[in-house]
Amino acid sequence: MAAEGHGIDVLGQFQLHTVGAAVGQSVNFTQANLMMVLAAGLTLAILYFGTRKRAVVPGRLQALAELSYTFIHNMCTDQIGEEGKKFFPLVFALFFFILFGNLIGIWPYAFTFTSHIANTLALTVLVWVLTTAVALRLHGWKFFTYFAPPGVPVALMPLLIPIEILSYLSRLISLSVRLFANMVAGHMMLEVFGAFIVMLGAAGALYWAPAGLSFAVDVVLIGFEFLVAVLQAYVFALLTCIYLHDAVHLH
Amino acid sequence: MRRIAVAAVTLLALPTAALAEGMPQLDFKNPLTTSQVVWLVFIFSVLYVLLSRWGLPKVADVLEARAVSIAQDLDAAHQAKAASDVAVAASNEATRVAHAEAQAEISASVARAKAAAAAQAAELNARLEAQLAAAEERIGAARASALGALRQVATETADVVITRLTGRVPGRGLVDQAVGAALAARGQG
Repeated sequence: MAAEGHGIDVLGQFQLHTVGAAVGQSVNFTQANLMMVLAAGLTLAILYFGTRKRAVVPGRLQALAELSYTFIHNMCTDQIGEEGKKFFPLVFALFFFILFGNLIGIWPYAFTFTSHIANTLALTVLVWVLTTAVALRLHGWKFFTYFAPPGVPVALMPLLIPIEILSYLSRLISLSVRLFANMVAGHMMLEVFGAFIVMLGAAGALYWAPAGLSFAVDVVLIGFEFLVAVLQAYVFALLTCIYLHDAVHLH
Repeated sequence: MRRIAVAAVTLLALPTAALAEGMPQLDFKNPLTTSQVVWLVFIFSVLYVLLSRWGLPKVADVLEARAVSIAQDLDAAHQAKAASDVAVAASNEATRVAHAEAQAEISASVARAKAAAAAQAAELNARLEAQLAAAEERIGAARASALGALRQVATETADVVITRLTGRVPGRGLVDQAVGAALAARGQG
């Protein structure tokens, strides 16, 4: 996939195709969806195998399950308050779905479903619609005072209210594009430098030094990708919590 | 060689190249781009339901059980501590009482012993006094009898000495008088 005729095919890795032969083809089940099933399965597997022993002093897997639980639970209660417990399963599902989506994507020959804007946008729309619905249900028409922060001079309102509305709407873009762009950029860089290794290595002994350098860059990038994978999942979950806090408390 | 040059240019012009070639992510003519979202909604919904109904309550159960067991252990420890505190207080009190009793017993014994010793000493003193008095009486008697005998011995000795020296028997009255004067002079008359 690396070098086909002209230059480097950095985008080929994002090409969707169906898996599962005729059955998968008939229901348009893509490799992205297979990775989603893996990510969801991994999340559930950790909880299932982690809580099987129910030990008072937890083993490694149980500690992982419990730490995951308390980590997200604390995030919800810290950011949202007591009401955050209602949204805890959603934030948990979002965090681990995205986290494992990102992490599985680093695996060679795997696919990163978070590198598709359609997927990240769908998750963002879910969060955005939920926060708006929660805010409207809890506060009714008072929700719209959210766009007019208190303590601001009336003269500034004509300027401020459109900005606030715009920033509220732009959450849809910022949340989805942040995750999407981070994953795409990282995988493109990996692909480019991976292709460099192959092309320079094949071009003769003279080019082995830059090929080695490209390999070193790829090694560093992989480490960086792990960081980004975890960080972006965390950012997505945290911003979800912050938006939910705004929805519950308005300011 | 040319390929490498092209690759370098591709890297530099990555954003434009990406847009020019058309990202698969933005290819909405491909039905898979939208169909994967349908699957996403389905898979994520299943994940959410399973997590909220089954997975997370299980973890909550484990955490709850641990919290309960820790609370029970702490409770038991507190109760044990309270019991031990009571026992320590009782033992301290018992020690204190025993100490006081022993002290009182010791004082009483000492007092009794002192009284007994004093009584014994007084009795001994009295007996010694009596013996002393009796002894003095006996000494006095012995002395009186000795003094009586002395006068007689002195008188007879004087009679004999004078008889031997002078050849005649002195007058009874004279000798008696002289002996009496001599004894009186020595303070033994």
